[in-house]
Amino acid sequence: MSQTSLNSVSFAISGSGGAGVMTAGEILLMAAAKAGYYGLQTRSVGPQIRGGEAASLMRLATFPVHVHADAFHILFAVDWLNFDRFSGEIDLAEGAIVITGKDSGELPEKVAQTASDVIRLPLHDLLKETKGRVNMLAAGIIGRLTGLPEDALADAIARRFASKGNALVEISTATMRTGYAQGEKLLNHEQRLAPPEPRNGERWIINGNEAAGLGALTAGVKFAAAYPITPATEILEWLSPALTGAGGMLIQAEDELASINMIIGASFGGAPALTATSGPGLALMAEGLGLAAAAEIPVTVIDVQRGGPSTGIPTKSEQTDLDIALCGMHGEAPHLVLAATSVADCIRTTAWAVHLSERLQAPAIMLSDQMMGQMKTIMPRPDLPDLKAERETVASCGEEDYARYALTNSGVSPMALPGTPGCMYTADGLEHDERAIPSTRVEDHAAQLKKRWRKLADFDYGNAWADISGEGPLAVITWGSTAGAVEEASREAEEAGIRVRTIVLRLLSPPQKAKLEAALEGVETLLILENSFSGQFARYLRSFFTLPENVRTFHHPGPRPVTAREVLEAIREAAS
Amino acid sequence: MTEQIRKPADYKSAIKPIWCPGCGDYGVLSAITKAFAKLRLEPENTAVVSGIGCAARIPAYINAYGFHGLHGRALPIATGLKLARPDLTVLAMGGDGDMYSIGGNHFMHACRRNVDITLLVMDNRIYGMTKGQPSPTTEPDFPTHLYPDGTHLQPLNALAIALVAGANFVARTFSGDPNGLAEDIAMAINHPGFSVIEILSPCVTFRPEQRDWKHQVQRNVLTPAASVAEALQVVTTGPELATGVIWKGDRPPYEGPGEKAGIALDRLLEGFAA
Repeated sequence: MSQTSLNSVSFAISGSGGAGVMTAGEILLMAAAKAGYYGLQTRSVGPQIRGGEAASLMRLATFPVHVHADAFHILFAVDWLNFDRFSGEIDLAEGAIVITGKDSGELPEKVAQTASDVIRLPLHDLLKETKGRVNMLAAGIIGRLTGLPEDALADAIARRFASKGNALVEISTATMRTGYAQGEKLLNHEQRLAPPEPRNGERWIINGNEAAGLGALTAGVKFAAAYPITPATEILEWLSPALTGAGGMLIQAEDELASINMIIGASFGGAPALTATSGPGLALMAEGLGLAAAAEIPVTVIDVQRGGPSTGIPTKSEQTDLDIALCGMHGEAPHLVLAATSVADCIRTTAWAVHLSERLQAPAIMLSDQMMGQMKTIMPRPDLPDLKAERETVASCGEEDYARYALTNSGVSPMALPGTPGCMYTADGLEHDERAIPSTRVEDHAAQLKKRWRKLADFDYGNAWADISGEGPLAVITWGSTAGAVEEASREAEEAGIRVRTIVLRLLSPPQKAKLEAALEGVETLLILENSFSGQFARYLRSFFTLPENVRTFHHPGPRPVTAREVLEAIREAAS
Repeated sequence: MTEQIRKPADYKSAIKPIWCPGCGDYGVLSAITKAFAKLRLEPENTAVVSGIGCAARIPAYINAYGFHGLHGRALPIATGLKLARPDLTVLAMGGDGDMYSIGGNHFMHACRRNVDITLLVMDNRIYGMTKGQPSPTTEPDFPTHLYPDGTHLQPLNALAIALVAGANFVARTFSGDPNGLAEDIAMAINHPGFSVIEILSPCVTFRPEQRDWKHQVQRNVLTPAASVAEALQVVTTGPELATGVIWKGDRPPYEGPGEKAGIALDRLLEGFAA
């Protein structure tokens, strides 16, 4: 029941199917962006395809945020049907209020125990006049309690429903205003945001999947083939019209085996090519990725990780495809593995993956996850990266036979694209000699293995391999979306007087041994953080790097992400 | 560039085939080079894509761009290549195991998708490269090491599948008739959309009795049917060793989602504005 204003407010809106809780969250996020705030929205849903229970989990703040806070200040529950499905993801903060219907029934035990105040409203009566929907009422009440301007909410409704006609805009706006007025009566419960910093420049609302698609497009991808899979499908839906608009295309393949092989075919023809999938799809693509490594065909695979193994938890996040991404191929098939560190970074890291793949003629896997893939985030409009697909090709061949797999200094051999006179060759997954002729000779195998290895190992990847900040004898290392919690916890630790060095890896393979070991110089304790049961990232670090003597790990599986509070506790423990 | 007169020999590479003496696939290789010469294809603008198996070795033996990929996956590679590079003439090829078993799903969807690709399936009703296991087209009573008493399974009628799935050109031919085969391959390449040519191509090592096909095959007795239903009748009830063109359809080839489906980047970026 804070009367002082907050820099960060979290709330959840839950309800059974058709209540429109996701739309209410979108309206609030749009209004917050308009008013100059930052924020994010995720959804928690049950296994139903449509309908069923859903919760819109929101955080609004005066500063950029990349992860949920640990607890929620407001819970607006339209009803309690199946609430237990996501109650594990909604912890209430001290002083939290719960708003629900007058006749919504008994509160779940956990909610009843932790709620500071329960406000029961006659929801049906409040909707009588406007004949609107309860979600817009919720948007109005929460908008008022968090201190969002009513005009910003009205503007968001007008934009969100623009394509659905005036009548809906009017009813929704009127219902929101009813809620806003109702909120006025609850001001002793307000969870008001502090005034935002003056907004400078354009802001975007974008999720990591759209951002990854945008990164692929700006890097010059011209061909995509993919099979629908949760939680990667938004990448395909965004990319399909975008690629067509850019003179390329996206093909929905019959399965992931077709996806990976179609993009290999397109790339063999010279088109920068990409697919997007999740764990089960990546498993099916493993053989194709090996072919791309052997035949030296650039392709990029975006893997939006979800809970595994097998079908696992398709709608929830986990960082557990690291093992298969690094080591999932048969034979020795050097390839690139990169990981985006935030929603915004999905743009840059995807573009970098495409750029490196083309430059080095090797397959690249770009790891994202459900959390950042489907998290809508308010961010300053980003500069688009200047990372393009640039492949070394040959213009023509002379009398001598073209050596497709010539043993060059860099290990990268200029590629002849079909249409180039005189250079005809057969790309092959069979081991081959320099001229691409199948070979079982000891010397050819050794030479080609070494060539494919060193072209990746010897390349200078510059500074983007990791984000490093802070100093001191305590270092925290992580990867992927867990970076958001680490960033926030490190800031709080610094404020509490604990010096923390943070390292977020972006390039996981080939491992940047010398660079990481230099970054760890002077570190006495290393804390490894990740969202997995078995500690895949810790195993990776131990295998490839010489680590400080004192290593601590903190990891738990999804669907709960690693939170800033957990990281902060782990930092305090490691520092003591 | 002035147009060169090309001979079949111009389309042969310097690499010597690994096939057994007497293998039907020599005839197919010869027919492909004859067809290419007849059409005066430019080697640099022609691509032959294959999977794995005896038949799938052909690309390396041809003077054109080639891709020898994964078992069963020739068609997705060919599809990606043709869609990204519509200027190329693209052929896919392989055996009955490659195309009808491990690649069966791609076969069905390639027929349905109808991209302008010519597929050659060398059918010898056996797995040759792995030395004699039954394939989807092996007769139910044919003994192998895996099934000494036969598979007891009905052979797959792949041409019936091709017809109902939407292939735009369907023919059955014989490797022992390279000239007739060359004519059919040239016709299939010229026909828009997805073309399927099933080639009876004996495996003299694991199916030596197929040497007799040269006496049994009824050459060029089939003519294009008036409808898919009639064509189905031919491949389901007609003699299975009869050759000729069975179906010529007029479905427009698939070239991608089409320009109307596109959205310009500026407009997409506006969608992110908060």
